[in-house]
Amino acid sequence: MSISTLLSFSLNFAFGCVILAMVFCTVRLLIGPNAQDRVLALDTLWMSAMLLSLVQGMRFGNPIYFEAALLIVLIGFASTIALAKFLMRGETIE
Amino acid sequence: MSGFDAVPAWVALLVSFLLVLGGCIIVIGALGLMRLPYFYQRIHGPAITTTLGAGCFLIASMALFSSLQSRPVIHELLISVFVLMTAPVVAMMIMRAAVYRDLRDRRSGKGGPEGDVYRLPED
Repeated sequence: MSISTLLSFSLNFAFGCVILAMVFCTVRLLIGPNAQDRVLALDTLWMSAMLLSLVQGMRFGNPIYFEAALLIVLIGFASTIALAKFLMRGETIE
Repeated sequence: MSGFDAVPAWVALLVSFLLVLGGCIIVIGALGLMRLPYFYQRIHGPAITTTLGAGCFLIASMALFSSLQSRPVIHELLISVFVLMTAPVVAMMIMRAAVYRDLRDRRSGKGGPEGDVYRLPED
């Protein structure tokens, strides 16, 4: 088993794992009984999307995906804070 | 998926181990988010995704790109620091919102706070 085969297998495995995690988060996002469940699922979905971008960058050997991952994690943090504030207060900007 | 032949064997083994470990951890965290019965148990699932799973993937990315470009590539530390700084803040904000909403709706027996640990201001 060569180095390239090993790396390809593990990168594809990680890709499949992240996709599976995103499917689980989507299930919780759809069936979540309360609004806070949906916000939590959306936060985990943002984090999984960041990891998906990282894995794609490693699969294609292209470091430009890193900047997409950084942007995704920044926007995910801001949106989750805004949604949690909305759940708490009923409005985002007071 | 080409150009991986220049990677040394020990780096490839390390990266593969970290990727497989991180993938398993991420699936476990998302499974916890989907399967656990109460919200206060479900919030513990994504914590393992954001700390250990993301850490494994970021270290693997750093090792692979450092080996591919033959120089230290450590800009993934930006994501690591940001995630480690913001994950507790996010968890705390969602948790506060959940506690507030459960108390406001007088919802108990669902794993929510009971007794006189938490009180609404008007109580």
